Amino acid sequence: MRRLLFLLPLAIFAALAVWLYAGLGGDPARIPSPLVGRPAPAFAVNGLATGDLEGPALVNIFASWCVPCRAEHPLLAHLAEEEGVVIYGIAYKDKPGNTNAFLAELGNPFRKVGYDEDGRAGVEWGVTGVPETFVLDAEGVVVLKHTGPLTPDAVRRDLLPALGR
Amino acid sequence: MTRLAAVAGLLLALASAPALAALDASEMLADPALEARARALAKGLRCVVCQNQSIDDSAADLARDLRQSLRERLLAGDSDEEALAYLTHRYGDYVLLEPPLKPATWILWFAPAGFAAVALLLAVRYFRRRE
Repeated sequence: MRRLLFLLPLAIFAALAVWLYAGLGGDPARIPSPLVGRPAPAFAVNGLATGDLEGPALVNIFASWCVPCRAEHPLLAHLAEEEGVVIYGIAYKDKPGNTNAFLAELGNPFRKVGYDEDGRAGVEWGVTGVPETFVLDAEGVVVLKHTGPLTPDAVRRDLLPALGR
Repeated sequence: MTRLAAVAGLLLALASAPALAALDASEMLADPALEARARALAKGLRCVVCQNQSIDDSAADLARDLRQSLRERLLAGDSDEEALAYLTHRYGDYVLLEPPLKPATWILWFAPAGFAAVALLLAVRYFRRRE
């Protein structure tokens, strides 16, 4: 047994190497949100404030200038119309005129839209880019953050279960 | 010759780009002491979209917003710790360029010293035995 002790450093090195190698595979854009597990942050912009949010619901941060937002929009429409999911929208760093034109063109899946022209509500939500989607439970606590455009896969695997469906 | 001038011009433009990237005068606070604190804190905060630049260095929109939020917190009378807590509360410890010392990061901070200590111990034992 004692004679095998010389292998210990090698074993530690191997374990460390495996652990660090696994870490290389992660997506550096995926930053864990400190909001998860806490109530929705306090914010108030034209059209939407924290008090308006009634869970379970999605809070979608979008912008008319954001191309991936355009891509995920049909999915939001599907969730709102077919699945009856309540979705609140926050238009991040967008002119209200452009936001309204975007929603007029693609349809408005949102129960309410907040116009966050200067991006200050975005800071409260810890937004790093659009689109981002948060899931609120019935108590209004943030239970999930999805960074980037929604995909049917992510909706089925993450969002709907988080909404309790 | 014109090509050489063009290359030189391009190099000059590239070299001066970082200088253009930093904050502009309109963002600065009137109180120099407060502004100095804001600059010092901004150097230790990560621009979460550019990831390895501080918000003091970055020209990204979000970095500008965070600089502004930071200055607002300082103007409101926050201490340095409170201003940093405001940002970590929203963006997580990730926003800090230097990871904080807490149980989850002990391995990060102490592993190198731990390895060195173990190596030293083994080396001492090895040389003692040879004597």
